[in-house]
Amino acid sequence: MIADLAQSVSTGEAVAFWILAPLALIGAVGLVMARSAIHGALMLALTMICLAVFYIMQSAPFLGFVQIMVYTGAIMMLFLFVLMLFGRDSRDSMFETLRGQRFFAAVLAIGLVGLLAAGLGHAVTGLTIADGPPTATGAAAGDSNVAAIAESLFTTYIFPFEVVSGVLTVAAVGALMFAHVARKGAARGQKEASRERFAPGNYPGPRPGPGVFATSDSTATPALLPDGSIAGESLSEHVPARELTAAETAPKHTEGKDLHR
Amino acid sequence: MNDPFWLIAIKGTLLFVVLVLLVLFSIWFERRVVAVMQVRPGPNRNGPFGLLQSLADGLKLAFKEDTTPRTADRWVYLLAPVIAVTCAFTAFAVIPFGPEVTMFGRETMLQLTDFEVSVLLVLATSALGVYGLVLAGWSSGSSYSLLGSLRAAAQVISYEIALALAVLAVFFQSQLMSTGAIVEAQAEPVDMNFFGAEVALPGWYFLVLFPSFVIFVIAMVGETNRAPFDLPEAESELVSGFATEYSSLKYASFFLAEYVNMVAMSALCVTLFLGGWAAPFPDSWWPAANEGWLPLVWFFGKVIAFMFVYVWLRGTLPRFRYDQFMRLGWKVLVPASLIWILALAAINLGIVAEEQSTRIALIGGALVLVVAAFMFWPSRKPYEPPAEPDAGLGGYPVPPLDLSVPPNPRSLTELEQRDPTPAVEGKEED
Repeated sequence: MIADLAQSVSTGEAVAFWILAPLALIGAVGLVMARSAIHGALMLALTMICLAVFYIMQSAPFLGFVQIMVYTGAIMMLFLFVLMLFGRDSRDSMFETLRGQRFFAAVLAIGLVGLLAAGLGHAVTGLTIADGPPTATGAAAGDSNVAAIAESLFTTYIFPFEVVSGVLTVAAVGALMFAHVARKGAARGQKEASRERFAPGNYPGPRPGPGVFATSDSTATPALLPDGSIAGESLSEHVPARELTAAETAPKHTEGKDLHR
Repeated sequence: MNDPFWLIAIKGTLLFVVLVLLVLFSIWFERRVVAVMQVRPGPNRNGPFGLLQSLADGLKLAFKEDTTPRTADRWVYLLAPVIAVTCAFTAFAVIPFGPEVTMFGRETMLQLTDFEVSVLLVLATSALGVYGLVLAGWSSGSSYSLLGSLRAAAQVISYEIALALAVLAVFFQSQLMSTGAIVEAQAEPVDMNFFGAEVALPGWYFLVLFPSFVIFVIAMVGETNRAPFDLPEAESELVSGFATEYSSLKYASFFLAEYVNMVAMSALCVTLFLGGWAAPFPDSWWPAANEGWLPLVWFFGKVIAFMFVYVWLRGTLPRFRYDQFMRLGWKVLVPASLIWILALAAINLGIVAEEQSTRIALIGGALVLVVAAFMFWPSRKPYEPPAEPDAGLGGYPVPPLDLSVPPNPRSLTELEQRDPTPAVEGKEED
């Protein structure tokens, strides 16, 4: 039966399948094997994109692009967002918190594989090969992919659809409830922030950035002219002149060659 | 779309060449327009009007030393610019540039490919393109880069919702999801009956769906990380954001991807809202304007007009603060889009309704909803003048005039040891 299926597909589809199927498998295995969580997430994204292309190949373009937009674009991006905050060097802890968890995990995994294989085998047996691309069936389906999905989503499956959207909304609101922290006191506005900044005892100006070779960040430090003398305009009449040592006022020889001496 | 393989290959290559040239042009265009806005000449040395400046810059960038930080995650570091550029270029595969033309003896559309849901391809590639920025920031192993990529991720996810909701209104109105079909649907004029007078309005969706158009344009600037929403690469805060550790061709790839994305979003906006390649005047004025190769002029004219809007925004608006930016996205654009889509659905149902009473109820309900949203939109707390007058100068906080400056702690010991001499006069004779 597999051989019949393989003969029924076009060359382009076969080529795309044999390129993408190994990639999807590499992604799936890589997700489990990757040491770094980010690499695992990337592998999962690779598998999801390959699956989306498979959907598109199976004449379900809407499903394929929604898979890319929603799963790869939004959900995996949120995963990455969280994982990036953990730091680059975080690794999985291999410590067993439950006694015998590896044994039970192995048993459950074998059971799951058995269930999936049985279910898949049951679903695949007795399938017939259709001529040409599948066409939507139903009252108002027509030949439009989107219309057919909308038709079944909003008529046959309207109740599960509504239930799922309700559950998702509850989950989102619940997450907000857990993450919400009540603000202590009123929000500090621009005016309060500015008053605090200029309050006595606080330095109002910005600190010099790293790598700036300033001898002082005081507003009373006068500016120096290129020859090392003090620029008169840079001195405020309200601020007392500050003492500068001879070493501070001397040219710094930053040019390598001092022309003024 | 039944082109032979060789024609698809030629169209793909042409598309690539046109896009790269358009990027070179738009860098020059941006620098010249910003220069005009800032009353300075801008690049005017290389080639006529400085047109070859971006080519020279690109070549120079390609020959710079290619460095990789020691802390970088090598494979992801290499992969990130590739993802960014690939996704940016892929979006153009579905943009219709013009109607059917004769190319090498075959009738073909001026569009690489089109299918039932082709608008979703553009949205999907823009969602995947963010992976480039996010992975670039993470793999560089630098704090500035990581902060930039976190901002990029949050920004694109937030603004993609508003963008998709704006596009949804177009799907709603046209009942189509294919770029070519949406352009054709906009060519049909809308016949309006104003108190007995038949008026044929142009069917471009920026008129019919004006709120969606405004939301789309705002969200599109956020989605492409351009000023005033260029927070992921805010140079005054994050050096260069996600691209801080990149150099040479890899940096150039991010630059290329950013400009291709700008052009792609402009092209998508033109396609969805501004009639695509259709001429900007009624068909009857010049019937041949929408045939053959001429629509390329209208299409690129509209795209360049959008590029001008991008540059205009950059030249006039300061960068948003991050919380203000997020508030605009989640608390203004998304709820406004949702309300507008609800109202639009009710109006569309009302127009086709059989009974007069149903029609009035639906359309009236929609109008009441929109007006109520406008009137009762939760606004900020109004400004209350302070009870006591400010002690500062004219109400502005100023430093106190008797400001005593703490002495430099480093020279404190030296000052104590020396006898005070008049420093200012003594030094000026040097």
